[in-house]
Amino acid sequence: MAERTVAVGNAGKTGQPDGPGKVVIAGLGLLLPVGVLILWQILGYYGVISEMLFPTPYTIAQSFIALASTGDLWSNLRISVVRALSGFLLGGGLGLFFGILVGLFRRSEKLLDPSLQMIRMIPSLAVVPLFILWFGIGEESKVLLIAKGAFFPVYINTFIGIRGTDNKLFEVARVLGFSREKQIVRLVLPAAVPNVMLGVRLSLGLSWLGLVVAELIASTSGIGYMMSDARQFADTPVVFVGIIVFAAVGLLSDTIVRLIEQHLLRWRDSYQG
Amino acid sequence: MGEALLSITELNKHFDTAGGKVQALEDVELEVQEGEFITVIGPSGCGKSTLLRIIAGLDTGYTGSVTLEGAAISGPGIDKGFIFQEHRLFPWLTVEKNIASDLPLGRPDIRQRVDELVELVKLGGFEKSYPRELSGGMAQRVAIARALLRSPKVLLLDEPFGALDAFTRAHMQAVLLDIWRRNRTTMIFVTHDIDEAVFLGNRVVILESRPGRIRKIVPIDLPYPRTKTTTSFQELRLKVLNYFEKVDELELKDGAGI
Repeated sequence: MAERTVAVGNAGKTGQPDGPGKVVIAGLGLLLPVGVLILWQILGYYGVISEMLFPTPYTIAQSFIALASTGDLWSNLRISVVRALSGFLLGGGLGLFFGILVGLFRRSEKLLDPSLQMIRMIPSLAVVPLFILWFGIGEESKVLLIAKGAFFPVYINTFIGIRGTDNKLFEVARVLGFSREKQIVRLVLPAAVPNVMLGVRLSLGLSWLGLVVAELIASTSGIGYMMSDARQFADTPVVFVGIIVFAAVGLLSDTIVRLIEQHLLRWRDSYQG
Repeated sequence: MGEALLSITELNKHFDTAGGKVQALEDVELEVQEGEFITVIGPSGCGKSTLLRIIAGLDTGYTGSVTLEGAAISGPGIDKGFIFQEHRLFPWLTVEKNIASDLPLGRPDIRQRVDELVELVKLGGFEKSYPRELSGGMAQRVAIARALLRSPKVLLLDEPFGALDAFTRAHMQAVLLDIWRRNRTTMIFVTHDIDEAVFLGNRVVILESRPGRIRKIVPIDLPYPRTKTTTSFQELRLKVLNYFEKVDELELKDGAGI
């Protein structure tokens, strides 16, 4: 539901007349969410669905404007974004580092990979109590929890990307007399970029999800906290505002990564749909 | 004749397969002088690619000796340029960066050499294109330029035009001969196309298969540029074809025994 709502805001930009095809396709994407919103509003207005559980889009919009004008929304959002980004940068950065290390050298693979895979299998929620005991309910435990989630997609995909380097190109590198260092910088790493970017996208998404877990469990600030606080006071519209903000920021961050990806992978020759 | 650039003596190579030992090359003897254009022709599975890969230093585990300028070949390196059947360009690099590959394009001397090579292989205007934007022939020309930038003592070409259509192939042959005429780079060119072998080479090395042995070396003393329609060309082509057919007969006899 929330994602659809966001699609409305996004599609508004593409609605400019820059070609009939695009407008038609954007319109097609709008059809479903707009229809649902209208239906929702009508059903809510006539009391068919509970205003308590499903506040109408209009009520949610009012609540959004109220939160935005007091500045609560923005301060919470800023805190949440900083947390998610710190966790993502920490986890993703380490994932990239270890992915390269384990991908390049068989010895480090034997040494590190089994342990890392074990850690991967531990659910984030299971380590929450430990993290809180160790680091308290401050920022560290939240950032680390997010980092744990963000680590693995980048780690695994970097590894896969490196190991997926075309052997034929390795032969070329040998014939051209590449040094070991050039083999890594000019061949292995560029070849791994498509997978690394996939890992980054997945990690960023997971950071955002991990943030909710961290903020719902123990927090006094952030969008997640704003939502759990609202839930206690049965302020359902605020919960919806939180969901919409999560979805919107999630989509925005994913779009940014996709644009970076498109730029980095402009050499690629693959099916564009 | 003076000291050979490349000499191969008593070269033997076998592969261990599931079905037992397969003799890929047997007692191959070949001397290549500097500036020569050698074409190697033979049926598929005769070990012609293996021979080329051994010279390149890509395949090891043979007996006999292979020396370049008197020194045994210890591994692949830039003194032995190699053109594969496929272009094998780095897909993430533009044409000029592919040619430079591990060398810094920012250095003025390399920049200048790359620009010269782009002209030599007739790719002016495509310097900033990615491999996906090139046709097969263009991509193979980039691969040739990439090898030539390293000024190899010998350029080894493994059926480089095999995947191209007839027109592009004829054009590529002309481009390659033009490069050879200008740079005098020693070429060893493996092909399965008799016309191509006779059109390009000073000498045509005919290999027979199982085991891979040199059947005959036919000198082609026709002046360049050659025309495929002249009688002298056709006579030499028939000569090569005759040896080639004898190879085929041998193969059939072998086949009948199975």
